[in-house]
Amino acid sequence: MSHQAAPVNNRFWTPGVVVLGLLAAVGLAIIVARYIGGIGYVSNLTTARPWGLWIGVDVASGVALAAGGFTTAFLAHILGRHYYEPVIRPALLTAMLGYTFVVLGLLVDIGRSWAIWKPMLHWNPTSVLFEVAMCVMFYLNVLYIEFIPILTERFKGRVNLPGVLSALNSGVDRLLHLADNILDKIMWVFIIAGVVLSCMHQSSLGSLMLIAPTKLHPLWYTPLLPLLFLTSAIAVGYPMVVFEATVATTSLKLDSEMKILTPLTRFTIFLLGIYLALKLGDMVVRGTYVYLLDGTAQTNAFLIEVIFGVLVPWLMLLVPTVRQSRRWLFTACTMIVGGVLLNRLNVFVVGYRPPISAANYFPSMGEIMITVGLIAGLMLLYRFLITYLPVLNKPEKEVTA
Amino acid sequence: MGISRRNFLKILTAAGTATATATASAHAWQSRAPSDPYGCLVDLTRCIGCRKCEQACAEVNGLPQPERSFEDLTVLDEKRRPDESSFTVVNRYVSGEIDERDQLVPTFVKLQCMHCQDPACASACIVGALTKEDNGAVRYDVSKCIGCRYCMVACPFEIPAYEYHDPITPRVMKCTFCYERVAKDGKLPGCAEICPVEAITFGRRSTLLKLAKARIKKDPGNYVDHIYGENEVGGTCWMYLAGQPFEKLGFNPLPVKPMPQLAESIQHSLFSYLWSPIVLFGMLSGIMWSSRGKGERDDNTKGGAR
Repeated sequence: MSHQAAPVNNRFWTPGVVVLGLLAAVGLAIIVARYIGGIGYVSNLTTARPWGLWIGVDVASGVALAAGGFTTAFLAHILGRHYYEPVIRPALLTAMLGYTFVVLGLLVDIGRSWAIWKPMLHWNPTSVLFEVAMCVMFYLNVLYIEFIPILTERFKGRVNLPGVLSALNSGVDRLLHLADNILDKIMWVFIIAGVVLSCMHQSSLGSLMLIAPTKLHPLWYTPLLPLLFLTSAIAVGYPMVVFEATVATTSLKLDSEMKILTPLTRFTIFLLGIYLALKLGDMVVRGTYVYLLDGTAQTNAFLIEVIFGVLVPWLMLLVPTVRQSRRWLFTACTMIVGGVLLNRLNVFVVGYRPPISAANYFPSMGEIMITVGLIAGLMLLYRFLITYLPVLNKPEKEVTA
Repeated sequence: MGISRRNFLKILTAAGTATATATASAHAWQSRAPSDPYGCLVDLTRCIGCRKCEQACAEVNGLPQPERSFEDLTVLDEKRRPDESSFTVVNRYVSGEIDERDQLVPTFVKLQCMHCQDPACASACIVGALTKEDNGAVRYDVSKCIGCRYCMVACPFEIPAYEYHDPITPRVMKCTFCYERVAKDGKLPGCAEICPVEAITFGRRSTLLKLAKARIKKDPGNYVDHIYGENEVGGTCWMYLAGQPFEKLGFNPLPVKPMPQLAESIQHSLFSYLWSPIVLFGMLSGIMWSSRGKGERDDNTKGGAR
C-alpha cells in the first residue's frame, strides 16, 4: 500500500476546539433539561408535528451524510480501486461517528429513551421504521468492527495502561493481536455487509413517509422516495468525503489530497446525474411541476433544493477546472451536501403539512441548540480521534519545523 | 475508470430487473382488517353538542378533569382537537343555514380515533405496540412503546397525542374504543352509553352501514349521501352521517386506498425472505472476488488530476 495513515499529533486545544466544546456543553445542558422537563419542555413538537428538527437533521441527514463510509468502501475494497484507499479511513470515521450521533439524537427524540432496545424483542415486520432501526443497529456495529484495525494498528505492541490497569497490558495486547488476525481474514464479510445494510436503510428511510400521502407535499411524495433516498445517499458520499477532507486538511494544515479528490468527483458526475434525472423525471411524470411557481414555502424550499443543491453543483462538476480547483471543488461539494441535507429536511419537516390541524412548526431554541451541540460533539470527537489515531494521511513531505 | 463504471451499470441493471420482477411477482397486498368488527355510527344531525360524551370518556378512562367544566358550552367557541388529556372532543360548525326563527343552525362534530380497518399507526409502529383487535379497537400497549411517534406521523386523522411533558415515561394517548368495557364487560363505550339523543349507535360495522343507508334513504333531504368512514382509508369502525357536506365540517377528504398499502407492498416485494439483501451480498462478493489484486497493479498508471 502506497499510502500511510498517521495520528495528526497537532495541539488538541485550539480556539476552534474550545468553541466546539462550549457548543457541545450548551447542547448537553439542554439535553439534561429535556430529561427533567420532558420533550415538550425544550421543543416545539406537537400532536400534529411529532417529528421536527431532530428527525430531519440529526437522524435523516445524519444517516445520509454518513454515506461516504459505504460508498468509499465499495469503491476501494469491493471494486478494488486501491488508489482511493487514503480517503477510506476518514470516511469510515465520519460514518462511525455519524451513526453514533444518529443514535444519540434518537435517544433524545424518542419519548422512552431507555426502551430503545425494545424493537429487538418486539418485531413489527410491516413497519418501515423497524427495518430502518434493525439496519442502523447492525450497520453501527459493522462500522465499529471496521474501525478496530485502526485501533490495533495504533496500540498493538505498545499497550501501556496507566496505574493498576498496567497488569492487564499483556492480556490486552494479546487480544489486539488476536482481533487483528481474525479480522484480517473475515473483514470482507463486514465490508460487503456494510454496503448491503446501507443500501437497505438508506432507501427505507425514504419509504418512511410513504405511509402519510395526505401529509407530505406532492413535490416530494412519490412512490420513488426510497429510490431517490438511495441514489442521493450514494451521490452525496464522495462530495461528503471532499467536504470533510478539505475542512480537515485546511484546519490542520495538511496536504490537500486533490490528486485523489479530483478523480473521485468524476464518479459524482455520474451518480448525481442519476439522482437528478430521477428527481426531474419523477416531477415530469407525476406532473408536480404545476406547483413550482405557487410561491409557497414548500415550493421555494424544493426549488432551492433542486437548483442549488443538485443542478448547479452538477453542472459545476462537469467543468474540469472546477474539479481541479480546491476552492471550487469544495464549493460544489458543499452545495451537494447542503442539497441532500435540505432534501431530508424538506421531506421530514418543511414538506410535512398535516391537513386537518394545519399546524405550523418551527424548531425551538432548545431543539436547535441540542442539534448544534450534537454536531459540535461529533466534530470534537472526530478531532480527538484523528489527533491520536492513524486516520488521516501522513503528509508526503516532512514539514520543517 | 471503465471497469468500475461498467460494473456499476451492471449492478444497477441487475438490481433494477430484480426489483421489477419482484414487484410484479409479489403477492397482491392483503388487508388484515377484521371481517365484522364493532363500530359506532355518529349521526351529526342528532348531536346537540352537550359534551356528555366528553365527560363520560374522561370518567371511564380516568382522564384528568379539564380546566373548564364539561357543562361550560362556551368551550365550543373554539375548534379543539383530541389531546393527551381528552380522547374525544366536540366542535361546533355553522354552515350559514338558518332555522324558522332566523337562528343559525349549528352542526356538532365529535372527534376521536376512527379505529381504521387497516390502521396506518399499527402498520407503522416499530414495535407493534398498536394493534387492530378483532372487535374493531385499535389498541395501544404502552409496555412495548419506545416513543418514536411514527404512529402520529402516519395517522391520517391526526389523532394520537403525546405526553410531551413527561420526561421518562410518556405515553401515546388516544381513544381506546373502551376496549376493556366492550370486550370483557359487554358494555357500550362510555360515550355511546351516555349520549342522551342517541347520536352514537354502537354495533357491528355491517349492521351500522345498513342502518346508515336506511336513514339516508328514509330522509334524503336531511342527509348528504355519504357515509364518512365507509370507504375512507379502506374503511373505519367509526362512521359518520351528516346533513352538511363533510368538507364543511372539518372532515378531511381521504383516499379509499388503505394508508399502509403502498409502503407495505414496497417493503414486502423488496425484503420478503430478505431476498434482495442476499442477492446484493452475493453480487458484491462476486465483484470483490473478481477485482482482487487489480488495484495494486493499476496503482502506478492511475491517478493524477484528471
